[in-house]
Amino acid sequence: MTPKVLIFAGYGLNCEEETRFVFEKAGAEGDIVHVNDLIDGRKKLDDYQILAFPGGFSYGDDTGSGNAYANKVRYNLWDDLLKFIQQDKLIIGICNGCQILANLGLVPALGGRYGDRQMALMHNNTARYECRWVDMKVQSQKCVWTRGMDRLRCPVSHGEGRFYAEPEIIQALNAQDQVAFRYVKEDGSPANQEFPFSPNGAVEDIAAVCDGSGKILAIMPHPERNWSPYNQDDWTLTQEKVKRGLLPSLPEEGPGMKIFENGVRYFQ
Amino acid sequence: MAHRIEIIYKVPDTRALVRAGQLKKMTFGPKVENVSLVDVYTLDREFTKEQLAQLGEALSNPVVQAFYIDTPAPALSFDWAVEIGYLPGVTDNIGNTTKEMAQDLFRVSFGAEENVYTSQISYIKGALTAEEARAVGEALANPLIQRIHVKSAAQCTQDKGMDTIVPKVKPSHAPGVSEVDLDVSDEELAAIGKQGVQSKDGTRRGPLALDLESMKIIRDYFKALQRKPTDLEIESLAQTWSEHCKHTIFAASMDDIQDGIYKYFIRRATGDIRKKRGAEDFCVSVFKDNSGAIDFDENWLITDKVETHNSPSALDPFGGAITGIVGVNRDTIGFGKGAKPVLNRYGFCFADPFDEEPLYKDAALSQKLLSPRRIMEGVIAGVNSGGNCSGIPTPQGFMCFEPRYKGKPLVFVGTVGLIPKKIGTENSWEKEARPGDKVVVIGGRVGQDGIHGATFSSESLSAGSPSTAVQIGDPITQKKLSDAVVKEARDLDLYTSITDNGAGGLSCSVAEMAKESNGCFVDLDSVPLKYPGLDPWQIWISESQERMTLSVPPEKLEAFVDLMHRRGVEVTVIGDFNDSGRCVVQYQGKKVMDIDLGFLHDGLPQRSLKSTYTKVRHEEPADACPADLGPVLLKMMGRLNIASFDFVSYQYDHVVQGETILGPLHGKGHVNSRASVIAPVLSSHKGVVVSQALNPLYSDIDTYAMAACAIDSAVRNSLSVGGSLKELALLDNFCWCSSNEEERLGQLKAAAQACYDTAVAYGTPFISGKDSMFNDFNGYNAKGEKVKISVPPTLLVSTIGVVEDYRRCVSLDLKLPGDLLYVLGTTADEMGGSEYYSMLGFRGNSVPHVEIASALKLYQAFEAALQEGLLASAESVVLGGLGVSLARTAIAGRTGIEVDISKVPQTAPLRNGHLLFSESQSRLLVSVAPSNQAAFEKHFQGLPCALIGKVLSDSRFTIKDAAGNKVVETNVSELEKSYRSTFKGF
Repeated sequence: MTPKVLIFAGYGLNCEEETRFVFEKAGAEGDIVHVNDLIDGRKKLDDYQILAFPGGFSYGDDTGSGNAYANKVRYNLWDDLLKFIQQDKLIIGICNGCQILANLGLVPALGGRYGDRQMALMHNNTARYECRWVDMKVQSQKCVWTRGMDRLRCPVSHGEGRFYAEPEIIQALNAQDQVAFRYVKEDGSPANQEFPFSPNGAVEDIAAVCDGSGKILAIMPHPERNWSPYNQDDWTLTQEKVKRGLLPSLPEEGPGMKIFENGVRYFQ
Repeated sequence: MAHRIEIIYKVPDTRALVRAGQLKKMTFGPKVENVSLVDVYTLDREFTKEQLAQLGEALSNPVVQAFYIDTPAPALSFDWAVEIGYLPGVTDNIGNTTKEMAQDLFRVSFGAEENVYTSQISYIKGALTAEEARAVGEALANPLIQRIHVKSAAQCTQDKGMDTIVPKVKPSHAPGVSEVDLDVSDEELAAIGKQGVQSKDGTRRGPLALDLESMKIIRDYFKALQRKPTDLEIESLAQTWSEHCKHTIFAASMDDIQDGIYKYFIRRATGDIRKKRGAEDFCVSVFKDNSGAIDFDENWLITDKVETHNSPSALDPFGGAITGIVGVNRDTIGFGKGAKPVLNRYGFCFADPFDEEPLYKDAALSQKLLSPRRIMEGVIAGVNSGGNCSGIPTPQGFMCFEPRYKGKPLVFVGTVGLIPKKIGTENSWEKEARPGDKVVVIGGRVGQDGIHGATFSSESLSAGSPSTAVQIGDPITQKKLSDAVVKEARDLDLYTSITDNGAGGLSCSVAEMAKESNGCFVDLDSVPLKYPGLDPWQIWISESQERMTLSVPPEKLEAFVDLMHRRGVEVTVIGDFNDSGRCVVQYQGKKVMDIDLGFLHDGLPQRSLKSTYTKVRHEEPADACPADLGPVLLKMMGRLNIASFDFVSYQYDHVVQGETILGPLHGKGHVNSRASVIAPVLSSHKGVVVSQALNPLYSDIDTYAMAACAIDSAVRNSLSVGGSLKELALLDNFCWCSSNEEERLGQLKAAAQACYDTAVAYGTPFISGKDSMFNDFNGYNAKGEKVKISVPPTLLVSTIGVVEDYRRCVSLDLKLPGDLLYVLGTTADEMGGSEYYSMLGFRGNSVPHVEIASALKLYQAFEAALQEGLLASAESVVLGGLGVSLARTAIAGRTGIEVDISKVPQTAPLRNGHLLFSESQSRLLVSVAPSNQAAFEKHFQGLPCALIGKVLSDSRFTIKDAAGNKVVETNVSELEKSYRSTFKGF
């Protein structure tokens, strides 16, 4: 089937259009839905197979990034959301969406305790908004969204992206294979919280986590901003190498597409 | 009673570490041991204990934070507590979000007097004196908008914490309208115009910026009506007639130019170009709307506007810059039926951030100007917040440093928009409020913030500058509004016209739209206020941010209002558009303004100005050329105007919207680029290319050359990445000084003449512009001596163009070893106003001139070679000349080069230092794959083009002369070190 994707919007989320674009490019049908239209009952979570919380600056990061939007969802849509999770469906949160999922307690939801806040995304170690390209390595074998992937290069753009949780939570995350991506250096070796390879100083270089089912992915970097080979920060050099026969050709699409294709393929 | 929720981190808080680092840099810094931070929410509303606990939970993350209700959060051991909150009436965004959260959580409402206020306590461990603790507060707060509360640890213990402070606005008087007597002496009339209407307590309300002549016209108008004007009418006329809104200097007749320099030079250039282009004309809407617009493809238009926000940024750098960027976003949203912002750009002109010599606004030396570093950091942070929060990429910008920007910085902000050509069956760029349509305001509420912004910026900065001119931006309120309009209401065709509430507030936006229907009626009682106590004139002219005015047909009103409510956007009907020919305003049932539109908009007679222009001869350096220019080049690379400012690029989101093709940093070496390319329609390979340029130092020698060079550089910057003269448009921003002096006007006229000549020759029309004519500071130095600082006459030229296929674009970094290096264009001995002479402490006289005819041929050949895919890299040679360009391209490619400098095409044999650092225009530095040599050179037969060297496989950076002597011998990592050293730590 062609899955229907609901992309959340409103209150300062701002990556909804490119998120819809990449899902549609991957073969899904996308709807941008203002959260108030869900609250009013004009739209229903039930009609969708995938929920996407896109990047943005919901509520201007006031009271902590993603916190106020998560509260809006929690106070108004919690039961519908729980019902959605209990079905065989997928959720992705990117950047601000990742912060929203963390504040909603949909990740990591250890012990199946959906709704429990178990992690935080703190201010970057530089205490500044960082927009730069990072390299990541796939960790989790259970995450639906990263199937068949090994490495991913894409931009981060955030001020509060430093993954933090208590040591026993980290231990459990590792034990249960819920770390989806870690930041690495260009050669694939661990970033070891070293700037700029880790743009924020996250504990254990964690860039993305999933829930215990592997169906809910919360990722700080932006795969949707690397949907085209011409998005990449070094495409002019790559193209020059292609022209001279040093590389076969520019790829058809950016490597970030793989994530969205995995989401769509899950329903096919 | 108000409640206080305090939130503290349980784990190390990065913000506190950074704060401690900041304080350690102060004079008493070594005494600072550590800092901890506590966020405070003061709730001026009754809640139950349970509710407060729930709210505490909602405001914090239990993984890393803990909350405390009506009891101080247990900070680490400290000696001083410094709490910073907002002053009454200042927008508190976090407070507003918290209020909304509480409303949502408990399904309750807040009364008009109830509110949430936020503040932050820095607990400082360190043996500071009371005075030093106070200084911490002053370093962290801006006294114009924030309050500082300092307590010692002992005092905190005694008082059980800090105090609960509710910064509620307390009206100082009963609001009302008063009449103004204009039947007074010329002296008093002039005083009203200069310092404002007198309030009952005898104080003046702030500048109207109306000269005596204008005041007399107003007096006579009301005399004929046989009544006195109200204060609101005077204020309204002052806004509409301000230099800021009416551009009186650009419109004035000057010498023998009857039409004024705007019509005669700028607009005529566009008209002539469009006529000449005929069917190839790509302009769609120029000079008449909030932005200009050109064709993108058969379905879409792109819009562009560049604004200045200099005066507000001088007083409150963060607030001034954030309201600048979100303000120019509204020029996009307010274009036609509403365009979607797809790109932001910036340009900052600052004084040396390492200059710590203080300046004062007053003779008593009590009002210190903010330091250049503080202004710089605040402005950068303001655009960061405004752009990032709005989800608009900011890939393009520059910083320019000159001592004369110390009195007033220049802050340029621009936004590109995208709009479909058709909304339903109608052209999207046409709009018209119709009689019977409702006057509807959406977005933020009205407060005292930003009163007299328009008239204030029409004056120079002095002690009398009003603090109410400061505005606080709230990008999220605007984002909600923007999404609701350009992503929904527009395409549902729910309104007939829309414009921005910028300078002059409602008085300008409503009156401007009233021209479309020929009349309006506004009831001020319906305008939503932030707090009570505003006088009607304040409501009418306040520049409170994030508001747009629309005309909504009555039959669509319900649908429009409903949509706005569902999107969390405040919406209010404040009146009707009609065809009465008048602008009528009512307050508490009484008419407080009744002026005919003709007088309001056209009552100000054209001024007539005289100009003179005397060229000044500057001293020339007399030294001989150093044999070894290596150290010189290394020093040049670290100059403020040349060094990497990647710390700005990295903190501005330049990849949001997934459309970035060429961003702010090129190559492995991340060198700041001079043009950017985006693909705003994701499904298309068409791109939009933007660039900028300015050369303020050339103004000291010749403003004609300055303006011609700015255009040539901006055009060339665009072409260097793949822009095309087939579709390239310009935007002008004149930032002048002392524009009441004939010499300054003479300089202005010469610059405008250059704009006409150069733009017409290149076929690049102006589509929009904005000027700022009084960038002067009158104040005092530390010795109490009077100083006047005027910015050098500055013209920023921005370009916007369309790229047929972005896959052919080129970046500036050198690509592969063995590639051939070519210089295109001729180098002349044009050192006047150059960065090199600046470094030597001279200005010189031989300013660069643009040889338009030969440049045009070269550019056409360059474009053809680029389109054929023959270029591996291209760099526009600008500030710092060829030497700096060679270093930049090598750093960007992280690869060495070998160059024979004598091969560079030159007018006459130049000495090596001048060959390397002359800023002759119309030159490009390109690299070409060896296999493309013949094909490339074919394009440049008969044109100044020379092979000067090649790219190496190692990092040696060598420049030799004809005899093989080494002129520069260094390596790329040394150059990069210097390039990155200047702003390290910023």
